[in-house]
Amino acid sequence: MGMVVKRTPGQKVFDVGNHIFLLFLVVITLYPCVYVLAASFSDPNEVMRSGGMLLWPKDFQTETYGLVLQNRMIFVGYKNTLFYVVVGTAINLILTILGAYGLSRKNVPGVGVMMLLITFTMFFRGGMVPEFLINRSLGLYDNRWAVILPYAMSVYNLIIMRTFFANIPASLEESAKIDGANDFVILFKIFVPLAVPSIAVVGLYYGVGHWNSYMRALIYLRDRELFPLQVVLREILLQNQNEALQSATDTSFAYAENLKYATIVVSTVPILCVYPFLQRFFVKGVMIGAVKG
Amino acid sequence: MAQHRYVYLMLLPVMLYYLIFHYFPMVGVLIAFKDYSIRYTFWENIFNDSWVGLKHFQAYFQSFYFARTFGNTLIINLYGLIFTFPAPIILALLLNEVRGMRFKKAVQSITYLPHFISMVVIAGLVIDFTSSDGLINTIIEALGGESIQFLVQPEWFRTVYILSAIWQEIGWGSIIYLAALAGVDAQLYEAAVIDGAGRWKQTLHVTLPSIAPTIIILLIMKIGQMMNVGVEKILLLYQPTTYETADVISSYVYRRGLLESEYSFSTAVDLFNSIVNFILLVSANKISKMLTETSLW
Repeated sequence: MGMVVKRTPGQKVFDVGNHIFLLFLVVITLYPCVYVLAASFSDPNEVMRSGGMLLWPKDFQTETYGLVLQNRMIFVGYKNTLFYVVVGTAINLILTILGAYGLSRKNVPGVGVMMLLITFTMFFRGGMVPEFLINRSLGLYDNRWAVILPYAMSVYNLIIMRTFFANIPASLEESAKIDGANDFVILFKIFVPLAVPSIAVVGLYYGVGHWNSYMRALIYLRDRELFPLQVVLREILLQNQNEALQSATDTSFAYAENLKYATIVVSTVPILCVYPFLQRFFVKGVMIGAVKG
Repeated sequence: MAQHRYVYLMLLPVMLYYLIFHYFPMVGVLIAFKDYSIRYTFWENIFNDSWVGLKHFQAYFQSFYFARTFGNTLIINLYGLIFTFPAPIILALLLNEVRGMRFKKAVQSITYLPHFISMVVIAGLVIDFTSSDGLINTIIEALGGESIQFLVQPEWFRTVYILSAIWQEIGWGSIIYLAALAGVDAQLYEAAVIDGAGRWKQTLHVTLPSIAPTIIILLIMKIGQMMNVGVEKILLLYQPTTYETADVISSYVYRRGLLESEYSFSTAVDLFNSIVNFILLVSANKISKMLTETSLW
């Protein structure tokens, strides 16, 4: 608030307390990231002795990352995840753009009903098992399309995009129509160029969703050569949890234990790299979505 | 119609997607009233005449797992409503009191971050930090307490689940409230100050009423998701020793349906879940409409 009001002692105490609390929140948010990063570069024995407290690598080493590079499954997972992100997001965007344009034409008969049918799927689902059986009967099982096609659209993102399209001034469209442009021309020559920021937002939502997805692969994929990174990562995390119960004396085991930190880093760094640049676009997306709820 | 043919052409793949991947499964719930047989194809199973009535529902209601999974689903969601839901509202109100814009922006940017981290990594961090030589037990021991096996003891599961949910979503959840707060008319505050209201009174009488519609809408949405515990996080964190408090309907459906291939039974359990969920949503919406004139539809 822009007002300058004299603060009472009570307010001053509150302000100090508030800042301390928010700083505490920042610290507990960042600490796990700092710890994982520090642990991945530390000597494994030091990590075990640290009791979860590390702010900086102890006995700096990069051998663990050498193990990551040698691990064939991490490479396979990375490659597959890139495929799912790129192809999946492309399909997501094409369908969402087409749908958002169509559903923003409120004067077209039937569009209202279609929007209702689509929104209804947000609140009522057939459920995990019928979905699985249908997808499998369509051949969407144990192949790449099984983790892409059933997730080809999200209602939430469709609404964000539609709200954006609905806000584009009608005059732009009318003059194009007078020149004889059809809906495809209007969409791709007028709407899409104007909507680049919101397409970026929605594309990133979808992309992060594909990058982080785990359940889809758990349910639909059996062939290890198709596993995305998250499934490989989970295996590495679990493996260590089980082996940690056995005695940990030999060094190769110790490094294997450390592998989990390095794998977390390697699988999360791409998200962290795009995050600062895109954070403000994401926020915008939430706001657009919020208007229509 | 002819003038709109391109619009319909655009909507064709979209509607096909919803038909195949969302409405077909809704028809597919019919197998809850049948005995699914792997000798037939899915559609043969749907359209043949082997009705068994409410057999599978009865089996679920009479089983030991009904009270456990239904109860756990309700309790975890109730905790979510009491603890996870208000957390971002409180954060937004606290951030709203911060005058240094840089500090405010920094806190926001940092607390949004965990929202983008995958559940597999979140679960990995939770496992690591709660382990016997993890940070939390190190602190407990340093304070003279005894080490706790958080993910092995059933009485700790919900606490771990809820606290990690707050940790992950508090920042991201606050965005929508901060947007609502930014829209509050500054004149309202000026009027309140003239009336002698301090900051606490301003918060109570100006800020909160202004964001109340947003809170209500999100609350209805939250109640509309009451029965849908994110199965992913449960599967990543629970283990047989904690099933007692951790096993919810969706994780039970996953095990019985997808791991043990009891398709009809698990679909019945899931359908029961969806129906309860839908009733909750409609009721929450209706009650809110009556009391506050704010509603989803």
